Amino acid sequence: MHIPDGFLAPNVWLPTWGMAIGWIAYCLKKTRSILNDKTIPLMGVMSAFIFAAQMVNFPIAGGTSGHLLGGLLAAVLLGPYAGSLVIAVVLSAQCLIFQDGGLTALGANIVNMSLIGTGGGYLIYKLLNSILPGILGKKIGITTASWFSVMLAAVFCSFELSFSGTIPLKVVLPAMAGVHAVIGIGEAIITFLVLSYVLKVRSDLIYAPMVVAVNHE
Amino acid sequence: MNKKEILISLGIALLVAIVLSPFASPHPDGLERVAEDKGFLEKGEGEPLVASPIPDYTFPGIHNEKVATAVAGVTGTLIVFGLGYGLAKVLKK
Repeated sequence: MHIPDGFLAPNVWLPTWGMAIGWIAYCLKKTRSILNDKTIPLMGVMSAFIFAAQMVNFPIAGGTSGHLLGGLLAAVLLGPYAGSLVIAVVLSAQCLIFQDGGLTALGANIVNMSLIGTGGGYLIYKLLNSILPGILGKKIGITTASWFSVMLAAVFCSFELSFSGTIPLKVVLPAMAGVHAVIGIGEAIITFLVLSYVLKVRSDLIYAPMVVAVNHE
Repeated sequence: MNKKEILISLGIALLVAIVLSPFASPHPDGLERVAEDKGFLEKGEGEPLVASPIPDYTFPGIHNEKVATAVAGVTGTLIVFGLGYGLAKVLKK
């Protein structure tokens, strides 16, 4: 879902760049207080894993492929702020080194996949966690929120394309939502498998805001 | 995470880049598919604003496409590992 240069008009890419800078600045501030010897290397490891996993496009129906977004995966392990930074790091490297996603569109891509996909996805995960306690609730939360993180990013992307005058919303929104509803299933499966494994072998790596906050006071 | 765990998990990421990425589906992704179907794909096909050193995940100068992808994947995985780790280190200072 990396928007290239040319899809977005300045009336969209300028303000989304502004939003992205604001979100990153906020995340940098929030992340400072949660970092410890456990999370510092985890930010490197998660950046590496999500970058590598995003290269592996999996086929879905109709000659189309999808790949992991990884926003919820990063957020569950690192929390929404450090997780969002990881996604922003990956998106920036993909744009500048690999020509994946345009430079003008980088702000919008960060808004869609970091702010909305990671931060927004984490809110859904937290909400489901509070309704459904226990390990089963966690797993349902992980699966559902990772699907929604892709869908929400696709919906935001559709709005940006339509506000740019590239394509009418009533055309692009159903198309983007339809294809990403399927890609989101892949996202949910990969996120579920990876996090189930982490829960089994190193459940202490899962982000827990309360514990961390106490440690630093 | 201790050193061993960091190396193992970085190793898993590198394995994904080396082993799986050359066999990724070549089909367009969701957004590209929609852009193609709805007729606005060509809007994104102009010259990019900045020249990228490794465009389209193909390491330049390597003729075998699968090897070029794997090398690009390893390069990128190591770079973002350094960026993520480095950012966290700088923030903690």
